[in-house]
Amino acid sequence: MSDMKKLAIIATKGSLDWAYPPFILASTASALGYDTEIFFTFYGLQLLKKNLDLEVTPLGNPGMPMPMGMDKWFPVLGLTLPGMQGMMTSMMKKKMASKGVASLPELRDLCQEAEVRLVACQMTVDLFEMNTAEFIDGVEYAGAAAFFEFAGESDICLYI
Amino acid sequence: MADFDQELDASGLNCPLPILRAKKTLNGMESGKVLHIIATDPGSVKDFEAFSKQTGNELMESKEVGGKFEFLIKKG
Repeated sequence: MSDMKKLAIIATKGSLDWAYPPFILASTASALGYDTEIFFTFYGLQLLKKNLDLEVTPLGNPGMPMPMGMDKWFPVLGLTLPGMQGMMTSMMKKKMASKGVASLPELRDLCQEAEVRLVACQMTVDLFEMNTAEFIDGVEYAGAAAFFEFAGESDICLYI
Repeated sequence: MADFDQELDASGLNCPLPILRAKKTLNGMESGKVLHIIATDPGSVKDFEAFSKQTGNELMESKEVGGKFEFLIKKG
């Protein structure tokens, strides 16, 4: 048993914005000396794909800051227009790059370099018939009991 | 500012990159050596304090110079 502090994260969301918290926290925790594991389940499994093609949506998210007063020009129904999600995604990515925010592949690489364990939920992989060949190397496959083996010993446990 | 052995320019980078880059650089340094870090992220001031406390690397100096934040960290 190591005396390192432990951080366990469950990542459940597969959108561009919600992909950040697990990778930011896991990479930082590792830099601080935590033994860290992220368990990816349901839509969170998208974060393990080699080709990260994540989007952000303003739908159902009244807290999302909209550029150029777009929320006034495009009330909720307008946000459902075709192409809107792609446009919001590209604006978000540009904004992040201009502010020096790391890209997701970069943060994910840093997590792997720091030996953060990335665990995919086997049940969800089966449920959605996901092709694990599309996932990055180094992913482990396990279930809830395996998660608890680590999380039960953790100092911090987050559900994201 | 005191002498240092290595320098890291984290200008333009946002949280958590300055910390991650600093950690990586410190990994390649010997104990007792000093790293000079330059950052523009205002959050890095508190973050480097917290980083030092939690990792046993000593924050020798933290100051703002012409809108940039500079730190001296001695590897523990």
